[in-house]
Amino acid sequence: MSTLVRENRDIDRVQSEQFIAPSASVVEAADGYTLEVEMSGVNKERLEISVENNELTIVGRRSLPAVEGTLIHRESRPENYRRTFELDPSIDANKISAKIDQGVVTLTLPTAEHVKPRKITVS
Amino acid sequence: MSLIRYQTPELMAWPSLDRWSSLRDDLNSLFELPFWSTIARQGQLFSGWSPALDLYQNNDNVVAVIELPGMRREDIEISLHARTLTISGERKSRSSNGEKAERTERYIGKFRRSITLPTRVDANKVSASYRDGILTVTLPKAEEAKPKQIQVNVD
Repeated sequence: MSTLVRENRDIDRVQSEQFIAPSASVVEAADGYTLEVEMSGVNKERLEISVENNELTIVGRRSLPAVEGTLIHRESRPENYRRTFELDPSIDANKISAKIDQGVVTLTLPTAEHVKPRKITVS
Repeated sequence: MSLIRYQTPELMAWPSLDRWSSLRDDLNSLFELPFWSTIARQGQLFSGWSPALDLYQNNDNVVAVIELPGMRREDIEISLHARTLTISGERKSRSSNGEKAERTERYIGKFRRSITLPTRVDANKVSASYRDGILTVTLPKAEEAKPKQIQVNVD
């Protein structure tokens, strides 16, 4: 089987706001896929997940801890996260569920019923 | 006459050095991704996971903010040796029975990140919090390192 949850990178290029692509993992299971996306500093309220034209878009806006003082060393990036994936037609878009825990978004993408292997009894 | 194009030899997959095979992907992605994200991932290429660390200071404290998404509190270790702060730990993979990873960018395994602090700190008063995948370590400055205001009377 070829890649079923594919990243769509072209979408990112036309956006005017600068985003960074978060690291992600796709795991395939018997009844669907699990997508994990790393978004540190993002909480439930600042996470937007949408499905449009068979494309899944995840936008995470960071709320970083407010620290009093001067920044003397920086490695983190200020941009928000955004990443788009193309969904395989076998995925039931109405049944996608998501949760976020300690900066990792876990999406469950179940395969539609009609795609699952079915046993047909012969009468 | 037919012209045969020169074909770039494929890098050999070498199991013990499998991070090298991702080197080519990283080089390719250099032309697709914003410059900084590639730089940030270079640490990952050779030494596993090197979480991004920000350091702040004010009169009383040095504060380190580290991005550690998806950890359990008990798997994070913070240690202090003289002026060196070390954050280490291990990110465990989820149980994967009958599952196969189709694409993995998330780092699983041990990591270690050290930084030299700008001043001496009081090791007994270090506190930390972990929220939304961000670890904040507050290190109170040692008394002798705090800036002191000296009152000078001018006649």
